[in-house]
Amino acid sequence: MSASTEDMGSRLGRQVGNLGRWVDERLNVSSFYEAHLSKYYAPKNFNIWYYFGSFALIVLVIQLVTGIFLTMNYKPSATEAFASVEYIMRDVRWGWLVRYMHSTGASFFFIVVYLHMFRGMLYGSYRRPRELLWIIGMLIYLMLMAEAFMGYLLPWGQMSYWGAQVIVSLFGAIPFVGEALSEWIRGDFFISDITLNRFFAFHVIALPLILVFLIVVHLAALHEVGSNNPDGIDIKKNKDENGKPLDGIAFHPYYTVKDIMGACVFLALFAAVVFFAPEMNGYFLEHANFEPANRLKTPEHIAPVWYFTPFYAILRAVPDKLGGVILMGLAIVVLFLLPWLDRSPVRSIRYKSTINKVMLGLFAVSFVALGYLGLKPATDLYTNLARLFTVIYFAFFFGLPFFSRMGQTKPVPERVTGGH
Amino acid sequence: MMIENTFKSALVKTLSVAVMCGSAIAAGAAGGGGDYMQHADNDVGNINSLQRGARNFFNYCSGCHSAKYVRYSRIAEDLDLPEDEVLENFMFGQGKVGDTVKASMTPEHAQQWFGAVPPDLSLTGRSKGADWIYSFLMTFYQDEGRELGVNNKVLAGAAMPHVLADLQGIQVPEYETVTDDEGHETEKFKGFKKIKDGSLSDEEYAEFVRDITNFLDYAAEPMQMERRSLGIKVLAYMVLLFVLAYAMKQEFWKDVH
Repeated sequence: MSASTEDMGSRLGRQVGNLGRWVDERLNVSSFYEAHLSKYYAPKNFNIWYYFGSFALIVLVIQLVTGIFLTMNYKPSATEAFASVEYIMRDVRWGWLVRYMHSTGASFFFIVVYLHMFRGMLYGSYRRPRELLWIIGMLIYLMLMAEAFMGYLLPWGQMSYWGAQVIVSLFGAIPFVGEALSEWIRGDFFISDITLNRFFAFHVIALPLILVFLIVVHLAALHEVGSNNPDGIDIKKNKDENGKPLDGIAFHPYYTVKDIMGACVFLALFAAVVFFAPEMNGYFLEHANFEPANRLKTPEHIAPVWYFTPFYAILRAVPDKLGGVILMGLAIVVLFLLPWLDRSPVRSIRYKSTINKVMLGLFAVSFVALGYLGLKPATDLYTNLARLFTVIYFAFFFGLPFFSRMGQTKPVPERVTGGH
Repeated sequence: MMIENTFKSALVKTLSVAVMCGSAIAAGAAGGGGDYMQHADNDVGNINSLQRGARNFFNYCSGCHSAKYVRYSRIAEDLDLPEDEVLENFMFGQGKVGDTVKASMTPEHAQQWFGAVPPDLSLTGRSKGADWIYSFLMTFYQDEGRELGVNNKVLAGAAMPHVLADLQGIQVPEYETVTDDEGHETEKFKGFKKIKDGSLSDEEYAEFVRDITNFLDYAAEPMQMERRSLGIKVLAYMVLLFVLAYAMKQEFWKDVH
């Protein structure tokens, strides 16, 4: 390297440094970077369950970016919507890829969010002082359900139409105001062009804004209290002389490089679905949705997309419509209460008593089973099974204040175990 | 109206079976599908089959059925056919090569002649699936009780005439009486008996139908071959990226004890 280029290099470096200082004096980027990345200390013993938060962020970005490009060619009109989706699939360059990424992303969002939530249940991440973090997360989940539900109407296929019809009519079960309420949601007496237009507005503007806002708050709340870990112990109790937790490592670079590695695996799985099974056998893209919406032709069997089916199974398990709607709502509400229902002396499942392990296992089984049953026609056998699993589902939550204190817990270690 | 109703209920039944069980099971032995559902075993990667299927489709189907999302120019490109050949053989010299496939018959005539407008076939390969199309075209049978003298096993009460009867010939279903464990007797479909030969042998006809099915499968998702070949490249890239990301993670995590 000649003297002059070296000189130029250092001059450039100085100028960049000056620019950085100039910005920092006006907007403290450095302290933000330190607080949230280079000096944000996360426990060093994260296991595989701790990838799903970062995966959820990746899917969010995929959905936002592909959504923007879909909006450029999609037409939110009852007469044009279905054809415009086919136009995207056939005539728009790379349109099929963008659309499959978006439709696959919807299902993957729920897969990672369900696993992310279950991680919280495994290690007691909702326990004090992270109750608010959990509640914000639950609000994100609620908004995500609304976002997915409204997005599913947009292709204007048979399942889009009748799925929306069924779900909106659920509000009709509410006494006195029900009918008026579902009419207000639809903006019409049935799902129509008007409904499609407003769902489009919610799906592409209102809900994404709320979602992004809630996610920022979720992360802010997380960084305030710090991450929990598989041992469920507080790493801030043991700090070195500089105030750095002994069991903590800087989020950047340690967890950024680890999450990049995880992202490769995740994106490979994602790509496998996008490129080789975008319909996922009718679970991600339902066969009936390749027929345009027809108000005069009711499909005999209407099933919501898989990520709603656990709650749909609970709804159908109750013979009374209003009762079903209430129980379905309750199934989601109890999740909000989790931080106060769990009264175990330890956070993590690793140190909880046997009965707690069994009950959490039963809960997981019942959730998956309900999801499966919600996809099936409501035969006598299936309905009775759904009833059984509904009882187990609620037994977990309502029993939690009692059995969480029962049995012998294992001694909790002072310092995290396992490491990397 | 009668035809419309039976058509509707049959359609709804098939539809719900497909939705309930997912394509894989529906194609096999699910609920009402049963013994007359057959595997299409078509291969969208087989260009020759697609070319034959397109020829069959434009000779026998597109008179009544549209495929309004499918463009002739796209067919020419994907099926390795010169555009002028497509213009001459598939479009019969009419229209422009960028057009989509419209039926020759008007909807008004269709309503008048068959009591129903034949469905658009752009997406049948996805909404019903290849096995359904194949089985549908294989299971027309003589039924004097019907207006047109034919019925269909897959779509009972179908309003469609057996347009391929000259090729397949004419068949009638045979039933056997089965007694179940509780002593109830039911009529069970056993198979078809040929009562008049067609111009094609059974194997030739199956091949003919398979080619049409293959073409409709392709037409429902014309980018599917491109999708798979790109997918292999993307996965290969992800594997490579993972190796690098793994090495980077190991390097950084050396300091963590």
